[in-house]
Amino acid sequence: MDDVSMKLKQRQPRRYVVSRKLDAFFSDVYAFGQFIARFYRNLFAPPYEFKEIIRQCYMVGVKSLSLITLTGFITGIVFTKQSRPSLSEFGATSWLPSLVAIAIIRALAPLVTGLITAGKVGSNIGAELGSMKVTEQIDAMEVSATNPFKFLVVTRVIATTCMVPLLMLYMAVVALLGAFVNVHANEQTSFISFIENGFQSINFLDLFSSVLKSIVFGFTIGIVSCYQGYNTTQGTQGVGRAANTSVVLAMFLIFIEEIIIVQVVNWFRV
Amino acid sequence: MTKTREHTIDKTKRVISIRDLHKSFGANHVLRGIDLDLFQGENVVVLGRSGTGKSVLIKIIAGLLKPDKGSVNVLGNDVERISYKELEQLRLHIGFSFQSSALYDSMTVRENLEFPLLRNSKHLSAQQVETAVEKALDAVGLSQTINQWPGELSGGQRKRIGIARTLIMQPTIMLYDEPTAGLDPITSMEINDLINEVQERFNTSSIIITHDLTCAKSTGDRIAVLLDGRFVKQGSFEEVFANDDERIKSFYDYNFIT
Repeated sequence: MDDVSMKLKQRQPRRYVVSRKLDAFFSDVYAFGQFIARFYRNLFAPPYEFKEIIRQCYMVGVKSLSLITLTGFITGIVFTKQSRPSLSEFGATSWLPSLVAIAIIRALAPLVTGLITAGKVGSNIGAELGSMKVTEQIDAMEVSATNPFKFLVVTRVIATTCMVPLLMLYMAVVALLGAFVNVHANEQTSFISFIENGFQSINFLDLFSSVLKSIVFGFTIGIVSCYQGYNTTQGTQGVGRAANTSVVLAMFLIFIEEIIIVQVVNWFRV
Repeated sequence: MTKTREHTIDKTKRVISIRDLHKSFGANHVLRGIDLDLFQGENVVVLGRSGTGKSVLIKIIAGLLKPDKGSVNVLGNDVERISYKELEQLRLHIGFSFQSSALYDSMTVRENLEFPLLRNSKHLSAQQVETAVEKALDAVGLSQTINQWPGELSGGQRKRIGIARTLIMQPTIMLYDEPTAGLDPITSMEINDLINEVQERFNTSSIIITHDLTCAKSTGDRIAVLLDGRFVKQGSFEEVFANDDERIKSFYDYNFIT
């Protein structure tokens, strides 16, 4: 066998590997698109699972409060501490409340809330639905004349879409409190003065873009983790993979969405 | 009418009728032209080795999987042609006992049993639901487990609760997927007795999927042996195993039935 044919033989499998991976990737994208379409078809069709939606909102919202409180408070303190030296170099520490408020409301609160929720709630949904899938609980629900997609997926996606913006607003408040604690300890600024300085640079567009981002992040976390969990295969190993992929993929998409939304919102800024 | 053990089979009334059923998963052609009738009050055992498509067959009957070819008629409804709403209504008449029991882990035994009832019989009062739950648990002899979590139950208890959850909707047809898999011989016998008891008490027609010959012998009015995607033999237990087919004989020999 000459060198050329040897090389061809070695290359051929690699080419197939790439094409198979591309094939699998596009099949996955198509299946995910169909999953989203199925979500919208089920979203508007009765019966509406109000009781389960409220239960899921509780699971997503209330059960994440302690983690959001802790991370929000620490984020506020740390960001203020880190920003002070740079501002004091120019004698501009009085701008600290303003800087912190802009950073928290425009970027930190939506992003950190999204990432934390993706980690906590996304992995939980992925693992829960994955485990239900491999132990035939989803099939059991279907044969007992309950639409499992509506009961399990639609309710969870609605819950994450509604609760992430609320958690984001809550985190912004807690992070601002953390920032105030640090500013008050160092500059003896009063609460009223901190709020007045902080909010003078915030406008409606800032708040609107943050809420919009949180809605998109919440939907992403819900739909990605439900998709991963609902399509779990290969037993317990698959459950672990579903939980892991839910978090990684949701976080990746959150960063992509952040870039896109910031870019779009900036077009509307004067 | 044929009298078998303690129940009566109405040979004039077909509850399930399957014709020329085919199902493949990729290149794996699992079912290759299945024909099967289930009559009112009859227990049919589908016997076969693991991976021969036994579970696929009952999942197609319940509408969980779609066949590639053929027709499946359940209680006068062509499962393939009816709408999703009609399929949901049909499923109310079908009880499906899963191999893994499939109890909802996040719910107690009571909530597991209440779930199908609360969602499909919204007119029932709390007292009626409570009574139905107690009655179903009583039928499987596990009333004391009502407030326990599925994780606290043994394998046999989980199977029984799974059967109770299907009984609560008073189904006409019961589909059992490997009811004795993974259970010790004594618990297996208890499950076999329960299957017969359910048949006698609720006058159900059942398809029992198994590779356990003891289960097949004690619960089946008719045995259908599934090999290579087709039923190679149907009849009573004695008829099926009074057979020279090596594939069926070897199945018998490995089960050490007495």
